[in-house]
Amino acid sequence: MMFANTNWFYYAAPQRFFALAGKIIPPLYILATLLAIAGLVIGLGVAPTDAVQGDAYRIIFVHVPTAWMSMVIYVAMAFWAAVGLAFNARLALMLARAAAPTGALMTLLALVSGSLWGKPTWGTWWVWDARLTSELILLFLYLGFITLHAAIEDERRADRAAALVALVGVVNVPIIYFSVKWWNTLHQSASISLSKAPSIATPMLLGMLIMALAFWAYAIAVILSRTRIIILEREADTAWVQALRSVP
Amino acid sequence: MLRVEGDNGSGKTSLLRIICGLLAPASGEVRWRDHAVARLHDSFSAELVYLGHAAALKDDLSAFENLELATRLAGDAPGRAELEAALAEAGLSTKLGAMARALSQGQRKRAALARLALSENKPLWVLDEPFTALDRQAFDWLLSLIEAHLLRGGLVVLTSHQGVPLNAGLSSVSILL
Amino acid sequence: MSTGSSAVSAVGGIQAVIVRDLRIALRRKSDTTAALFFFLIVASLFPIGVGPDPQLLRVIAPGIVWVAALLASMLSLSRLFADDYNDGTLEQLLLSAHPLALLVFGKMVAHWLTSGLLLSIIAPLLALQFDLSTRATFVLVITLLLGTPLLSLIGTIGAALTVGVRGASVLVSLLVLPLYVPVLIFGVGAIDASNAGVSSSAQLSLLAAMLLAGLFLSPLAAAAALRISLE
Repeated sequence: MMFANTNWFYYAAPQRFFALAGKIIPPLYILATLLAIAGLVIGLGVAPTDAVQGDAYRIIFVHVPTAWMSMVIYVAMAFWAAVGLAFNARLALMLARAAAPTGALMTLLALVSGSLWGKPTWGTWWVWDARLTSELILLFLYLGFITLHAAIEDERRADRAAALVALVGVVNVPIIYFSVKWWNTLHQSASISLSKAPSIATPMLLGMLIMALAFWAYAIAVILSRTRIIILEREADTAWVQALRSVP
Repeated sequence: MLRVEGDNGSGKTSLLRIICGLLAPASGEVRWRDHAVARLHDSFSAELVYLGHAAALKDDLSAFENLELATRLAGDAPGRAELEAALAEAGLSTKLGAMARALSQGQRKRAALARLALSENKPLWVLDEPFTALDRQAFDWLLSLIEAHLLRGGLVVLTSHQGVPLNAGLSSVSILL
Repeated sequence: MSTGSSAVSAVGGIQAVIVRDLRIALRRKSDTTAALFFFLIVASLFPIGVGPDPQLLRVIAPGIVWVAALLASMLSLSRLFADDYNDGTLEQLLLSAHPLALLVFGKMVAHWLTSGLLLSIIAPLLALQFDLSTRATFVLVITLLLGTPLLSLIGTIGAALTVGVRGASVLVSLLVLPLYVPVLIFGVGAIDASNAGVSSSAQLSLLAAMLLAGLFLSPLAAAAALRISLE
């Protein structure tokens, strides 16, 4: 998401960012759709049926990419939070705020897809697998961020408080992940694990990567869209937004 | 002395809080000794006394304990005698041990103001509505504290609805918000 | 004129805050005792809920006591800054000549002294109720002594972020409970290890390491949070 050859600070002004984002979003959606189609074709069609798990394992083409995205978005959110707090940059804080719901969605998809995987594999709708448990806690971290932001009326304070939550969270996420992994292996001899995907054959890996890229493109498009909406809401009194509204 | 006046809600308290560094201004910056206040934090606070609208007193502590706490937090360590003397000046010598919640509005105000008697070493005094709820005697006492501070070369920024009848030799500026 | 940069006045600032909060806590004993009773009651609900089988209870006791301690410790968090915010003394903390992080650390210490420490002391009573061995009880108390300070450290950040916000107490729980998970895992893990006859030094070391990191980082984060909240 970094433009190496343009002056990044040029786009730190909401108005210019708004225009730039407006141009990137449609191609991103198209890219996301194409990649998703390619990924699903590979995942559902090309990749072979697994000897042990049958066709149920195919859910990893959603489960693993969304789990990855949930983590990537959280790190991105924390990055924007740090930039926003350090440089008092409103746009960075808006980006962090915009990223949260999409991150939470990814986490939710990871949980649901994990649950769907668990049913045929273990017979239950939920398994206290290390990854699923970590994703659950990550979901709570996202919800905490969103709820805190919503509860504080003053926009500036809400942005900054939520940003601090994201930073404290990102420092703790590795610790949480490590402790949950340890907890999980301790309690099962044959560890209950959904992440024991069948031996990764190239088509499967390719499929997961393509789906990951699809989700990534989708996430960027949605986050940029949401940021544009936030910009419109907050800058409603400025001349350029008024000018936009008068365009039929 | 800088006196800030204006109607209720005109932002007088906000201005004072911006001066203290509690509130960030929408634009511009406050500088103390040519350093931006936003960067100074406790080294600026060490030279400042801020008395807000609310008498910052803990209900469960006595007037004496509150004053002791306030001065300790300000980095000073006055002894028992000095603290008692300051409270006596404020007319609270009989109420030293009473819990702050048992004090009347005026007494609470005076207990808060007693801090000024021990703040000679703080160049900047920022006072929000210091004269409200004071009787004649307390009014004169506060005025004398402020005048003494100005004579020492200190700065006082305050908000007040009425004029402050300073001694003729002391300079003061009024601004209207 | 001291500006907090000398060690003596730095300790003075922390001391002033701790003395203040402890004095107030002693004069308002009901706040503290309520949290302790909550701890006892919550832990006692579980046998009522899961059944009185001593074997089962012995196994789940470490988890129950720890979760109860977690919840009891969290109860008093939203109050941590609320009173100060309402009577104007919180502002004065921000305007102190002492670094805010040190003063906040003082509040964290005072919070622990009136919650976590007391919980650790009465925990053996619960251990008795669940028929834990002496050894397990000992490890339980050690883990609580190591872990509850962390609860105070992390919880204060949550309290600082939600000062003056409507629904702060529930919000603090949502913010802070996910962060408590590692403490819970290693705390209970240490006791389970000792029950299994294995050394619990790994878990205890991890708790100690987290505590050290928390001691350094939490006051800074909480001070930043307070400044954000009071702007």
